[in-house]
Order: sequence, then structure tokens, then C-alpha cells
Amino acid sequence: MDSTPFPETALPMASTYLDHNATTPVRSEVFDAMEPFFRDRFGNASSIHRFGQDARAAVEEARAQVAGLVNARPGEIYFTSGGTESDNLAIKGTACARKADGRHIITTNIEHSAVMNSCAFLEREGFEVTYLLVDENGRIDPGQVEDALTDRTILVSIMHSNNEIGTVQPVGEIGGIVRARGVCFHTDAVQSAGKLAVDVEAMGADLLSLSGHKIYGPKGVGAIYIRKGVEIEPTAHGGHHENDVRSGTENTVGIVGMGMAAELAAEERESEFRHLSEMRDALEARIRVEIEGVRVNGHPQRRLPGTLNVSFPGAEGESLIMSLDLAGIAVSTGSACTSGAIEPSHVLLALGRDPRTALGSVRFSFGRDNTMGDVDYVMSRLPGIVSRLREVSAASAGQVPV
Amino acid sequence: MYSSTVMDHFHAPRNVGDLPDADGVGNAGNPISGNTIALHLKIADGTVTDAKFRTFGCAASIAASSMVTEWVIGRTADEAASIENDTIAEALGGLPPTKMHCSAMAADGVRAAIKDYRSRHGTVRKD
Ligand SMILES: Cc1ncc(COP(=O)(O)O)c(C=O)c1O
Repeated sequence: MDSTPFPETALPMASTYLDHNATTPVRSEVFDAMEPFFRDRFGNASSIHRFGQDARAAVEEARAQVAGLVNARPGEIYFTSGGTESDNLAIKGTACARKADGRHIITTNIEHSAVMNSCAFLEREGFEVTYLLVDENGRIDPGQVEDALTDRTILVSIMHSNNEIGTVQPVGEIGGIVRARGVCFHTDAVQSAGKLAVDVEAMGADLLSLSGHKIYGPKGVGAIYIRKGVEIEPTAHGGHHENDVRSGTENTVGIVGMGMAAELAAEERESEFRHLSEMRDALEARIRVEIEGVRVNGHPQRRLPGTLNVSFPGAEGESLIMSLDLAGIAVSTGSACTSGAIEPSHVLLALGRDPRTALGSVRFSFGRDNTMGDVDYVMSRLPGIVSRLREVSAASAGQVPV
Repeated sequence: MYSSTVMDHFHAPRNVGDLPDADGVGNAGNPISGNTIALHLKIADGTVTDAKFRTFGCAASIAASSMVTEWVIGRTADEAASIENDTIAEALGGLPPTKMHCSAMAADGVRAAIKDYRSRHGTVRKD
């Protein structure tokens, strides 16, 4: 921990965490609920004795809590290891179960990599995948889905809200169209839970993915909603846990945490929406006024409340993030500087941004512990950082396309 | 992730700017979708006397650009032209494997600037 190569990063400075779409801290109510299950209440939920019964009761209570978050019945909720596994299970599980009916899948060009790469895997296995193209705000028109459906379509997977730009899809309308055709409809609601109403009935969802660590629960636990009667083939075969959908001894600690997080998320959703919107809107307004030449990415209205994605042409994303980090501000960029040569975010490219602009984008994502003071602090540092990097890149001298 | 030398050069880059009377200008990188450097060199009697850069890119490429200006000043055009792709990475105390292209871009900038200098001054290498 203390071997940080650059001493400045080790300074106990004020830290402003604005990366809640990446992950959230476990809130104290959740931690308190989980704690007994590490030690005293360690039973295996499949055991017959009282230790097992105790764990089983806790898992079932958590199932009801998660069901409450999405207006489902507890029996339609299955616990997984997270959003990624839920997405994989929804897509590969449906493909495997329904391949005799057809081998065509419809999704979008802005999905999370868990969905995108599951679809890419199925393409290699001989499935045909249609990637609907979003508009410049990141929206899909339900008509596009209608037009893309064929007799061989077995699954439509369209995310409810996007993790990078926050754009929310008209999932209710899409779900209606898809289910009327007898096709299975999956939506990734990982980013929506706790911020927007997530109602499997209103959405017409057959399958829906959730993750614990985006709602102030622990990492490594998630859930999938599977509408009663919808069949999917498990991806992990084993001892018939979770009604044979997802084998493996239940992660009681994580499940209990996710349950508590889900209950609180449902309770506080409306006040949370207002709180997050207020801070995001304030930051957006100030950035537009105080920094020249910015471009806000995502739908201006139909957007997650705490998400603000901004392009700062002339400054590069990783440089912005590292400079902000040195100032104690934690944000992220969609561009994958982790995977070698910088690659612009597929989501921003899908909006029609040129690669250079896409590379200069930053995502601010607010959470429940942020305050208006954080907006002020960001604005005390951000304009200087952007102009310094623009100076280095000579965007001001017109050598870099703005 | 980055050495303290990288962070130092990123945070306080040396020799940012342009030289309006440059003797050689080198542009390198990928102007469409990646990092780019514009390196300006002042060369007198075959020796680099001043260098300035402008770079669009990640922390590693800004640090590499800053470092390459320090590296090149005082070297002869021939020495500069023989820069290796990992010369600047070494001077920075190493770069992560995925960032070695940033060191290579700085080296490309030097080679391009020397080439420009030679074509402008008609000093084709004698060997
Ligand atoms: C939209 C979306 N789907 C899926 C995931 C994956 O969730 P997890 O990290 O729990 O695997 C994420 C989180 O990165 C996400 O933002």
C-alpha cells in the first residue's frame, strides 16, 4: 500500500469520489447485515440442520428484498456472482435453450462488454447478431427493434441505462414489441437500480440483470430476474442450487448484503434521484459556462441522474483522469487505456463522435455521499487542468482538431 | 502504474511549446485516433540547441515527449537520429508494456525532426 511510486498519490488529501458507475462503497447498514454471516451464521443454505436453515432463511429474505426492487416475485430472482454473470447467463442461457427455434439475436452497439462479448461469442458459435445503431444521444427507437425482428429471432437484449453516458432506453415500449412476437427480452438494469424505477412488468422484461456493487452492496454478487415460465440453460452445472439455474453453494454473505442494499435502494430511490440530479445538473451547467468547447455526451433528459459524460477536445482522457486524481478527484473515462494502445470508447464512437473527441472524454458519476461542495471542488480544479492539457497539446494553437 | 519520473514529467512537462524558427519539425503518432507529438528542434553546427513539443495523449506520452526534449538537447543530429524506440522509456525509469508505444512515438518525433532538418538544409548524411 505504501510503496506508491509517486509520493503525491499517497498524500492523505481530500478525496472526491465521482466514479459511482464503476463501483460504490458498501454502506454501513449493508455491512452490518453481512457481518454475522462471515462467522457465527456460516451455514450452507443447502444443509438440513439449523445452521443450514438459518442461512437458507437469510438467502430467501434477500431474494424477497431483491424481488421488491424490481417488482418481481421472489421465485423469479436468482443470485449470481454479479452483473457480468447475469448478462452471460441471460444471453448464452437463452441461446442454448432456444437454439432450435432460431439463431438470431438483436442487441445494440452500446452495450456493456458483458453483453457485447457474450454476443460475440455466440456469433463465433454460428448465431447471427444484429447490432442496432443508436442515435447521436445514444437512444434506440422501438421501431428499429420491430424492423429487425425475424422469425428466427430468439432474444432481444437492450440495456436499460448505459454505464458510460447514462442514456436510458425506451425499454417498456421495446419489451412490449418483443414479447408480442414471442421473443425473449433481456435488459441490463445494472446501472438503473436504485436510481430509476426498475419494474419488470412495466418493462416487459423476461430477463433482467442486476449487480450488488453498484447499489452500495458488495462486489462479486448479483442477480438475474427470470420470468416464471422462461427457460434458460444454466452456464454452471452442478449441485442444483438456485433452482438449478445457477449451481454453487450460495454466497450467503454477499447475498445478504445485496438483499439489504436492494431494500434500501428501493426505499430511497426517489430522494436519491433528486439528490443525484441536482449535483449532476449543477456540474454540467458550470462546465458548460466555465470551460470552452465542451460537448456533453448522452441524452439531455433521458439519462441516469448522477451521470455526466463530457468531451474536452484537445485534452486526452487518461491525462485528464490522472491530473484529476492528483487533485484528489476520482473519475473515469470510457477509453480503454488499460488494454494497450488507447482505444476510444465504443459507446462514444456509436454516438458519432470522432475518435479524438472520444479520447478526450470523462465520466463523472455521483453517489449518495456526494454534496454540492464536491461540485465546487471539481470546478476549482477542472478548468485549470483542461487548459493545461490543451496548452500541452496545442489545441489552442489549432494544431489538433478541436 | 507509472514511475515517479514519469509522473514528474507528466505533471510538470519541460519544454512545452513551439519554436517559430525551428530548423527541424517532427510530427509523429496517429492524428486520427491516437497520441500525437509535434517536436520542434533548433540545430546549430549540427548540434541540437533547443527543443519544444506539443503532445496530445496519455500521461506516458506527455512524459515521454517532455523527456525526449531533455534527451535531445546537446546531442548531434547524428546521435539524435540514432535514437532507439525504448531510449526514452529507459530514461523515464521504465514504462508499462502497454505504454511502450509512447516511447516509440517520442523517438519517431526525433527521427522525423532530424529528417526534416536534413531535407531543409540539404545535409544528406555523408555515409
Ligand atoms: C451496465 C453494466 N452491466 C454489467 C456490469 C457488470 O457488473 P459486475 O461488475 O457486477 O460484473 C456493469 C458494471 O461494470 C455495468 O455497468
